Amino acid sequence: MGDGPPSLWEWFGRNWDTGRADSIRTLLTDHVTMSLVPVVLALVVALPLGLACARWRWLYQPTSGLMNVVYALPSLPVFMLMISVTGLSQTTVIVPLAFYGVAVLIPAVVDGLDSVPDHVRQSAVAMGFTPLRRLLAVELPIAAPVVLAGLRVVAVSSISLVSVGALIGQGGLGGLFTRAYQNPFMPPVIVGIVLVVALALVADGLLVLAQRLLTPWVRARKEAAS
Amino acid sequence: MSWVTAFLGWLAEFFGDGANWTGSDGIPARLLEHLEFSALALALAVLVAVPLGLAIGHTGRGGMLVVVAANLARALPTLGLLVMFVLLLGASSIWPVIIPLVLLAVPPILVNTYEGIKGVDPELRDAAYGMGLRGGQVLGRVLVPVALPLILLGCRLSAIQVVATTTVAAYTGLGGLGRYVIDGFATKDYASVVGGSVLIVLFALFVQAVFALVQRVTVSPGVSRRLNIR
Amino acid sequence: MITFDAVTKRYPDGTVAVDDLSFEAPTGEITVLVGPSGCGKTTSLRMINRMIDASEGRILLDGVPVQGIDPPTLRRGIGYVIQQAGLFPHRKIVDNIATVPYLLGWDRKKARTRAMELLERVGLDPALAGRYPFQLSGGQQQRVGVARALAADPPVLLMDEPFSAVDPIVRTSLQDELLRLQSELNKTIVFVTHDIDEAIKLGDQVAVLRVGGRLAQLADPKTLLAEPADDFVREFLGHDRGIRRLQFVSTEGLRLRTDLTVPEGSEGGSPEPWLLVVDGDGRPVGWRAAARPGELEPYGTFVRGRDSMRAALDAALLSPSGCSVAVDEQGKVVGVATREALDEALAEAVHG
Repeated sequence: MGDGPPSLWEWFGRNWDTGRADSIRTLLTDHVTMSLVPVVLALVVALPLGLACARWRWLYQPTSGLMNVVYALPSLPVFMLMISVTGLSQTTVIVPLAFYGVAVLIPAVVDGLDSVPDHVRQSAVAMGFTPLRRLLAVELPIAAPVVLAGLRVVAVSSISLVSVGALIGQGGLGGLFTRAYQNPFMPPVIVGIVLVVALALVADGLLVLAQRLLTPWVRARKEAAS
Repeated sequence: MSWVTAFLGWLAEFFGDGANWTGSDGIPARLLEHLEFSALALALAVLVAVPLGLAIGHTGRGGMLVVVAANLARALPTLGLLVMFVLLLGASSIWPVIIPLVLLAVPPILVNTYEGIKGVDPELRDAAYGMGLRGGQVLGRVLVPVALPLILLGCRLSAIQVVATTTVAAYTGLGGLGRYVIDGFATKDYASVVGGSVLIVLFALFVQAVFALVQRVTVSPGVSRRLNIR
Repeated sequence: MITFDAVTKRYPDGTVAVDDLSFEAPTGEITVLVGPSGCGKTTSLRMINRMIDASEGRILLDGVPVQGIDPPTLRRGIGYVIQQAGLFPHRKIVDNIATVPYLLGWDRKKARTRAMELLERVGLDPALAGRYPFQLSGGQQQRVGVARALAADPPVLLMDEPFSAVDPIVRTSLQDELLRLQSELNKTIVFVTHDIDEAIKLGDQVAVLRVGGRLAQLADPKTLLAEPADDFVREFLGHDRGIRRLQFVSTEGLRLRTDLTVPEGSEGGSPEPWLLVVDGDGRPVGWRAAARPGELEPYGTFVRGRDSMRAALDAALLSPSGCSVAVDEQGKVVGVATREALDEALAEAVHG
């Protein structure tokens, strides 16, 4: 087997943990960091903004217009423009991805709060919930499935978008794609695509699981309906 | 804020250079290329995805498959897909790049068209059949006009995707505005990187605006519930 | 005439929605199909225009089996009105109404003229023609739904719970409007409802269906109330069946006294315990009790001949006098029905 080009598995085994910065293991860790941080950041920013938009309706129209624009910005030029501010670091990729996340999550938070039936909100008021307790104990749990659905989209898109960062040298597993192109060779591409998709599926699966644990009634209701 | 000064300097350098406005690698030519590639990929994706989405939404068969495929497609790394196709098919023509562009553009149109048609009020479908419209007439005269906002949303999301991916595709040799960014980055010509990036961003916003206009013109006010009509 | 000839609808899973149904919906009359949910009334209606195909038996339209007609062609000749109106949200009201004429290839101008005519006919302001459905109230939309069904002047109209999604006041006015239209148009109408009161109000004949899609009774409303075929029908008709029957008893023959009215301002004794005070135009003002001549007590009226015994009885119960005031169409008093007169009429209604 030593003569021809190495097989996929062989190549994977040889490059998994070389101890260098471009070992698959390191790239994978970087990839996880660079996609996870924006998701968390996006949630932290979008939740209060979404709440504000739901509370003061007039804010929503301009905000969602702005978010539409943000969402339409292509990632590569945005990364490139970020370089002049944050240099060639992971931050350059993380910040724009967080913005995309916010663009998806604000509408999700607003839609989620809109999904709270009015009679439920009214009865919470009538029972004497303070606005904060009402939000935490009644409205957010009911909004959770919609918000989590948005979060799934954000997580999966972030994981796939990080790869583009490879074009500025900060792309996690995306580095496998540039390496494969510069020195034409298929195995890194396949390994990269498979790992990125696998990572996305794992993240998606975890969020589905979280949704089941956080909102057990949604599933119970579905089962009762079928 | 030193970077602001630098930034403005690069912009002035890029847009002020007369050489950047002429020839096959001038701004007008690159802009046209970007438009051509994006439009070609989007048009092919629309041709595939809209009829398929209409058929699946109208017959109700294969809906689950569409939703799963669309979710999976979101996970695909565009750069990886581009490199894979170029390595597989060579870089002799634009097709090894256009194919993945189309592949990535199909799912948003497909899933939104499907959801749009499927989501039409069953009462409406019932009324249409009940008045004697035939299957094709129900689809064309009732379901499509009512589902149009979602169908156009799918097309807009795909267009955003295509414009972005066309930029990335410059890495694998495709022309268009991405060239300024990729080549500029490789040669540390930051004026070119910044100028190109700004052009792409403006182009993306232009595309967004075009879709908003198309939506306004084609969607019936009765569906969009736009105010300020008699 | 629509004929159901031993029609059965059986679904692949074995459920029987309609079981061996036979009846006729006569030309120019309203036949109401009524029953609890799951009785197959909507399925039966939808088999007429082949939205659903019958498993067994035949449905004939003036003697022609519908199963032999291409469904879209069949449907263009049958008006169809459904619960939420089902208006096309992307089309203006005028174009919604003209849907079938367009399908039939009428030229645009003729179709629109016809649509405008119908808009007025169903009692809507022609200014609504250029609006979109979302700009109309539920009741208005339902009127447009009826206009749309009538656009190509089909001889047959199928109405599937058309008024059940609107509030009671609007529903009553839509029902009255339908009866008024029907008196002008004489369509053959099959009307589905779960509301027995609506069935009795609208139907020339009422078919009560039981769960499982079997016909329990087919009769005109009066007979239905007087002689329910079995316990199921009796229970379905509800509690105050006796009172409701009075709806079909005329006040034409009710004995009226004309010696109990006095003009406003007049005083003086009378042997009668109650006297009806009327104004200069002959309209009622109130009852005066002999014991308290200074006060006027409330009264209730009915229009003699037009209103039923139920209305007359109701009017009597509204007044402490126990008498009911008969008026003409202009509201002028024509006489007073005393308790004795009402008693006689009720006794007659029970025996006749």
